Amino acid sequence: MKINTPSKLEKILAAGHLAVTSECGPPRGSDPEVIVEKANLIKDHVDAINITDNQTSVTRMCSLAACIKLKLMGLEAVLQMVTRDRNRIALQSDILGAAAFDIHNILCLSGDHQSFGDCPTGQNVHDIDSIQLIQTVRHMRDEGKFLGGDDISRPPKMFVGAAANPFADPFEIRVPRLAKKIAAGVEFIQTQCIYDLDKFERWMKIAGDRGLLEKVSILAGVTPFKSVGMARYMKNRVPGIEVPDEMVKRMADTPKEKQPEEGIKICIESIERLKEVEGVRGFHVMAIEWEEMVPEIVEKTGLYPRPSVD
Amino acid sequence: MIVADKKPIEEIIEEIKGHEKILILGCNECVTVCEAGGKKEVGVLASALRMYFLNQGRDVKIDEITLERQCDHEYLEEIRDAIDQYDAVVSLACGVGVQFMAEKYHTTPVYPGVNTCFLGVTEKRGLWTERCQACGQCILARTGGICPVSRCAKRILNGPCGGSTQGSCEINKEVFCAWQLIIDRLKALNRLDDYEQIDPIKDWSTDRAGGPRKVEREDVQQ
Repeated sequence: MKINTPSKLEKILAAGHLAVTSECGPPRGSDPEVIVEKANLIKDHVDAINITDNQTSVTRMCSLAACIKLKLMGLEAVLQMVTRDRNRIALQSDILGAAAFDIHNILCLSGDHQSFGDCPTGQNVHDIDSIQLIQTVRHMRDEGKFLGGDDISRPPKMFVGAAANPFADPFEIRVPRLAKKIAAGVEFIQTQCIYDLDKFERWMKIAGDRGLLEKVSILAGVTPFKSVGMARYMKNRVPGIEVPDEMVKRMADTPKEKQPEEGIKICIESIERLKEVEGVRGFHVMAIEWEEMVPEIVEKTGLYPRPSVD
Repeated sequence: MIVADKKPIEEIIEEIKGHEKILILGCNECVTVCEAGGKKEVGVLASALRMYFLNQGRDVKIDEITLERQCDHEYLEEIRDAIDQYDAVVSLACGVGVQFMAEKYHTTPVYPGVNTCFLGVTEKRGLWTERCQACGQCILARTGGICPVSRCAKRILNGPCGGSTQGSCEINKEVFCAWQLIIDRLKALNRLDDYEQIDPIKDWSTDRAGGPRKVEREDVQQ
């Protein structure tokens, strides 16, 4: 596989290793130590750490600043960038800002609607969409040009990612949508949390049959349940997430004090099964406000120690 | 049509409470169809205001006129001889009519009596929904006749986003996912393959972003 950027994540995938990424949400304040503490919990067990961009539209420390903090710790960051809050000027500007600190990974997203967050009366921007953001980063990197056509001095060298949700509707365009992102230039995908493994396998099969899995690295997204309440919340309240009834039942049938342990067990079993799915090149472990469990999940699935690449 | 909704009467009273001779000016176009500012609504508002001022012990003159349109000179001219009788006008036209009134009769205060909402349709009596944001560069040919700019909460040109669930938008189960509608329609037209064409970055300079817009047609100016 041809290497296009200095990204460590790209190198790990190119070397054929199963990659492991995780994510940290920045604090609702300016204390950089929150990022440092969260990163320290997981840094030895993952190849790169995503920093979310005002997730669920709740105002937080910016993803770019938090990514720089990771970089200063010597860690590999994935800059999440949503098109909700910035127009094409600000997006390109922030991409250059990240590149100035040698942040080599970007995840292109549209972002949750602002009505979910702390500023529901605010405007959204959506000057471009997530697929067009993929095109924008590739254009800046590969052509060395701004969208306006002018040359960029020292173009950004970024490995370009996006999200994919095999569980959102309508299912029939979920693979065509992946194809669109690949056509736009995406190089890695971090999927929505996978609980319905059968459906995920169906999606991967269709993608494989179309020859898409050779063109993109799919990192399967997993999130452990902390409790049956969380499982129910994910099932019923989070748009675009499917949790099978038997999984909720399994959590419900577990005594409350044992539920966190059971949630981790389910997560580990899922990873083991996902490892067998053709085209899965790694895992994106999203332990929401439960980062301390990432090392255990990674170790128990045989994904530790992490490989080193030059 | 331009869809508007009535302002709460308390807000209108707050606007006009310092005046004594008030004209309630309706419009016989869009706001009549959406039952916010036609002759009937002018009558209802005028009666309510008369009642209010009577109860306040105030002698306030409230007159009613409904014009054919408030967005054309010729109809607005119809009140030129009457306008000096009033020290304020409450226009129940859309924001376009209110402003054209204010431009034409610039020494008479004009207050809005409705909130102008969107360009939309009457789905059924009492239910109007949005269809167009007047972006100035129509893309409906590519999207099966359904507009993601006005009907997707994120105006995503290459949708749907991950929040589309069973045909609904993530913001509200009662809002259709525009991209589900587009996909259903492309399928009905046997054009689902078109879905995979990436819609290019849009030129928003013909939208609000480009500043106040105008359409100038020399061929019809003679």
